[in-house]
Amino acid sequence: MDLTAEEVRKIAFLARLHLTDEEIETYARQLSAILEYAAQLQEVDTANIPPTATVLPLTAPLREDTIRPSLPQDEILANASSSEEGMFQVAPVLEQEP
Amino acid sequence: MTEFEPIIGLEVHAELQTRSKMFCGCAVVDSVSATANTRVCEICTGMPGTLPVINRRAVEFAIRVALALHCEIAETSIFARKNYFYPDLPKGFQISQYELPLAVNGWMMITTNGEEKRIAIRRVHLEEDTGKLTHRQTNSLIDYNRSGVPLLEIVSEPDLRSIDEVRAYAIALRSLLRFLEVSSADMEKGVIRFEANISVRPQGAEILGTRTEIKNLNSLRAMAQAISYEIDRQSRLLANGQEVRQETLGWDEGLKVTVPQRGKEEAHDYRYFPEPDLPPLHLERSWIEEIRAKLPELARAKRQRYVDELKLNPYTADVLTNEKDIADYFEATVAAAPDLPAQQIGHWIGGPLFSLLNDAGIKIRETLISVEQLSELIGLVELGKISNSSAKAVLTEMFASGAGASQIIEAQGLEILADSAIIDGHIEKVLVEFPDQVQQYLLGKEPIFEWLFGQVMRATSGRSDPQRLRQALARQLRALDKRQPPA
Ligand SMILES: [Zn+2]
Repeated sequence: MDLTAEEVRKIAFLARLHLTDEEIETYARQLSAILEYAAQLQEVDTANIPPTATVLPLTAPLREDTIRPSLPQDEILANASSSEEGMFQVAPVLEQEP
Repeated sequence: MTEFEPIIGLEVHAELQTRSKMFCGCAVVDSVSATANTRVCEICTGMPGTLPVINRRAVEFAIRVALALHCEIAETSIFARKNYFYPDLPKGFQISQYELPLAVNGWMMITTNGEEKRIAIRRVHLEEDTGKLTHRQTNSLIDYNRSGVPLLEIVSEPDLRSIDEVRAYAIALRSLLRFLEVSSADMEKGVIRFEANISVRPQGAEILGTRTEIKNLNSLRAMAQAISYEIDRQSRLLANGQEVRQETLGWDEGLKVTVPQRGKEEAHDYRYFPEPDLPPLHLERSWIEEIRAKLPELARAKRQRYVDELKLNPYTADVLTNEKDIADYFEATVAAAPDLPAQQIGHWIGGPLFSLLNDAGIKIRETLISVEQLSELIGLVELGKISNSSAKAVLTEMFASGAGASQIIEAQGLEILADSAIIDGHIEKVLVEFPDQVQQYLLGKEPIFEWLFGQVMRATSGRSDPQRLRQALARQLRALDKRQPPA
């Protein structure tokens, strides 16, 4: 299961990672090895096993619809690299393509 | 040219009107008026170490909608992570449902041009809304108040075949959400948003054509325009022997064209996987049944009942059930005045009051006229205390000032003239004033009677009791006739 450089580039784009050509080669090799390792799971016969979303014997607890205090605006904005008019400011959202 | 048939499916997103967000205790606020980034916490921004907890009321609201849409509700449904990097989500993913949604296989009836049609619902699921982006020339600004607000997604099968059906479906769904009291479904504020998938095929063909998707349709008008544009565009392509490309489109409100969308919408590799922070959602049958038992009566059922039981005409029943608030007002008035005929109440609300509301551009919620005041007015009409036309004038005054009917009638002297002597006096004056017309009548021009009737009515400012006036006028004219010398 060898990933092509093209596939690695796409994965990198989805994760918004900028990779050099050498890095792409390295990650193509490493990711392929990981996929191969995980592919062993495909050998298990799952014909009679229902799809499972979780292995934990849990049910999601529900909370009442009550309001709790939010963070002060300045505290939440402290996480922004820059802000303006009480809003997070980012570079203009460009229409990126892989 | 070949006729093409459009095949349309709608995906509707509706913000649920819970108090707090889907997975945290931040208050749900009006994203238009609230101060930016004041309803944001560690959970809805996905900070390390935090865990989401599902809002019980959001689930209840979703079940309400699913039941009203006749869906099968999954006793176990799971949440999924939809991964993408776009600044409208601070977490890098949206919690949604993918496999095993909350409900599937429902339907809703719509009516177009008097014809009923059943539209299949593919799925109903819960997710969280994203933040609001303001794009500028040099930067983009983000408000995360809306990020994490419960969002219900309702997906129809591609059962819609015309713009009329699309509109009927959208309006019926909006009405359903409002009657269920789960969402304000306010389009102008973006509380309810539409996406359409469209393909066309030659009339009569069995196979489906390649479809395109139009995102972010924010008004009924934009939706109708965009879909109609897209039907034309695809039909032209096919007619010219070209192919339709499967793609995601946006609607350019200024240019009135659909345009290919990239960026977030085109990053279709969402790499969904079960949300590791949320165990499966398990719904007790008993809870679902409890919610079912408390479902309110919906618009269609109400309309039917108004016609069948309250004997309203279908048109009035329609007007009264188009909006929940109007139906509520009507029913409150009926309850406040059990002795008045419901048809009369329906007539006054669906007719004159509805026109006043429309002309003033306000909602029935905002009217100054209380249901008690309205029933008082209708009662006075029923008792013959004021004429219909006076009552309309009184209603207009009530609408403007909030004063009670009796008060206005007294102040303006609108009480009906039932005193025969006064009516007779007015008739005499009119007969003297228009001798030519009287002469014509006496010579056999019967329709002049109505004209004379109108003159007297006008002389009494419309206050004469019509029955009494008619009799008195006929009597006086007969008396004149007897004095005529034989021809
Ligand atoms: Zn929060």
